[in-house]
Amino acid sequence: MLKIGELTLKGLNRRTFEDQLLKDLKQKLKPLGNWQFVLSQSTLQVIPPDGEIDMNEAYARALRVFGLSGVSRALRCEKSMDVILEKAPIYLENDLACARTFKVEAKRSDKSFSLNSPQICESVGEKLLDAFAHLQVDVHHPDVTVMVEIREQFAFLHAGQARGAGGLPAGSAGDAAILISGGIDSPVAAWMMARRGLRLTAIHFASPPYTSQRAEDKVHKLLAKVARYAGRIELYVVPFTQTQEAIQAHCPEDLFTLIMRRVMMRLAQAIAKEHRCKALITGESLGQVASQTLQALVVTEDVCQIPVFRPLIGMDKNDAIEIARSIGTFDISIEPYQDCCTVFTPKHPRTKPKLAQLQIAESALDLDKLMADALAGTRKHVIES
Amino acid sequence: MEAYLDNSATTPPCAESIAATQDALTRYWGNPSSLHQAGIEAEHLLSSCRSSVASAIGCEADEVFFTSGGTESNNLAIVGAALANRRRGKRIVTSAVEHSSVMESTKALQERGFEVVYLSVDRMGRVSEQELARAINRDTILVSLMAANNEVGTVQPIDVVRRIVTRVGAPATIHCDAVQAFGKLRVQPARLGVDLLTVSSHKIHGPKGVGALYVRKGVKLNPLLYGGSQESKLRPGTEAMPVIAGFAAAANALPPVSQSLAYVTGVRDRLLDGLRGMEDVRLNSPQDALPYIVNISVYGIPSETMLNFLSQRGICVSSGSACAKGKQSRVLRAMGLGDSEITSALRVSFSRFTTWEEIDTLLHALNEARQTLVRSK
Repeated sequence: MLKIGELTLKGLNRRTFEDQLLKDLKQKLKPLGNWQFVLSQSTLQVIPPDGEIDMNEAYARALRVFGLSGVSRALRCEKSMDVILEKAPIYLENDLACARTFKVEAKRSDKSFSLNSPQICESVGEKLLDAFAHLQVDVHHPDVTVMVEIREQFAFLHAGQARGAGGLPAGSAGDAAILISGGIDSPVAAWMMARRGLRLTAIHFASPPYTSQRAEDKVHKLLAKVARYAGRIELYVVPFTQTQEAIQAHCPEDLFTLIMRRVMMRLAQAIAKEHRCKALITGESLGQVASQTLQALVVTEDVCQIPVFRPLIGMDKNDAIEIARSIGTFDISIEPYQDCCTVFTPKHPRTKPKLAQLQIAESALDLDKLMADALAGTRKHVIES
Repeated sequence: MEAYLDNSATTPPCAESIAATQDALTRYWGNPSSLHQAGIEAEHLLSSCRSSVASAIGCEADEVFFTSGGTESNNLAIVGAALANRRRGKRIVTSAVEHSSVMESTKALQERGFEVVYLSVDRMGRVSEQELARAINRDTILVSLMAANNEVGTVQPIDVVRRIVTRVGAPATIHCDAVQAFGKLRVQPARLGVDLLTVSSHKIHGPKGVGALYVRKGVKLNPLLYGGSQESKLRPGTEAMPVIAGFAAAANALPPVSQSLAYVTGVRDRLLDGLRGMEDVRLNSPQDALPYIVNISVYGIPSETMLNFLSQRGICVSSGSACAKGKQSRVLRAMGLGDSEITSALRVSFSRFTTWEEIDTLLHALNEARQTLVRSK
């Protein structure tokens, strides 16, 4: 039983969002069998097909569907108190055997059911106390909350609900391009914006031989983790060696990173436009490194004509790490390969750059040629969900 | 592949070893502990393998104990000897440039109350005899020193340890990690005066997943694992016959040490001659190092960049120990080298199969890299 989250606040276009959510859910569950989907108000019943089904995997996948606020594994049974009382101790054994306290909550959407909610709670509670002698009732802070829901056709029984992935259904907000390096922050930024419904296109800059194939492999692995939530991602790998060598050769050392960022943004924008992405996403966080000071962001943003989303801008590093761990990208991000952002890092980078200085410095480069070459050499990869 | 010059990380298995491994898998798959015919045949194979490895090390067959490799042998030697002798003292003497399987073992013992002395090394990566003599006292139960260093090839004065231990009257067991030296230098335990000696199969063209620990008769060790009575209960578990057979075949195939040494010295000298004209290349290995390993720094080009560049051309070298993947070398740090040398270090390592063409390929590519790569300022 899946609880639909934030999109219940939508008005007339709620259906569109629901359809997107269903589409994503169906896609994620399809490899596991032929499921049935019943949507009533804000609850989505997902009924497994008969036969051997990997329910653990299905549950794990449901937890990665954006737009859901809660996920429960429930028993569906006949709407009769006898059946409910017979099945409850058996179905709930795993949950209750390792709990000390519990309570029962009941919900009736079918008001014609013979018992009212308090009566249901009372008789189920009594039955469970009989069956599990070690259990005690605690209505304030129970280890397990047993839910009995009486709906139109069936009764449902479950031991509480896990928090869903939240946000808005995958792809419901349109397309945006994430600049991904291989560090901790960019995959987190990608996930955060995908959770707001953006369909992701990824852009990675590779500078062989200054960066290795392993650095690019790392990006593939990171995106594969994000794709488990966000769905299929197209990755564009941009050859960046020539550009970095040219900046290193012709521009002042302390401006290296900023000029590089500006060229990256220009290239990303060109790729974004070509693939109908309406915004860029970066993992930048205010003040984290020299290229992420306010002044640095201003001069970087200067070359962008489309919005740049920086979901980590006000986040603490530890918060980003926490998300990275929970989506499974952290351990990959900390693999120690040089990426394009750490090649030629200046010893004393400029933290308060002036736009005019950058423009003058950049005029030493044949940007049109460098960018055209980079775009011509860009290769596409597909990361499946 | 154009040039495989990372033989200190691992070596290509030789034909003899591949054949023996496969033969053991197909024909001698019995459990050596079984009483029936299949078991007996496997047991015969096991004992002939033990003799082969023993003769390559230069010891008796019953002093050879098969393990899963160098890391396990080092753990067993260090933790096993320390625990077996914990009532006789608590000091362990080792060096700052040991392999991580030695260093992490001694660190773990430190947490269990042992006192560990890490001897510093000079610019050449050698510990000094004076420091050894100062560190080894009557409370010392274990001295662990490598025969040859895995990153720079420095040969340690392992043979003086026995004299110091005897002179001081220390109750110390002496361990030598000879993973990089086995088959390349003479490592007979009796000559070196050591009680325990670690060797590994895949550094001498045998399969991975197997190694051995030499344990001198009468030396006490606590096992790390508990189980059946295999390997005299020091290392229980059904013997890994296929890889043990491959290891033994590789050991049998080793030419006399002096012969390989003379050949590889020629290979090494060809590389050094070629490097001599490159004024931006520094040699980090000492002149008298094991000639199988040459460590250099190419100023201004980070190791990873150079590795990628060479790898694109089919040339395999490394930036240091394969067990330290990407981290900066603590060995070079201990030798007192600066950041600019450490971040640009490359380890080139040979085997008796390395050809002059491979060296020329490397030299050619190094020159190309030096001319085309943009250096960090």
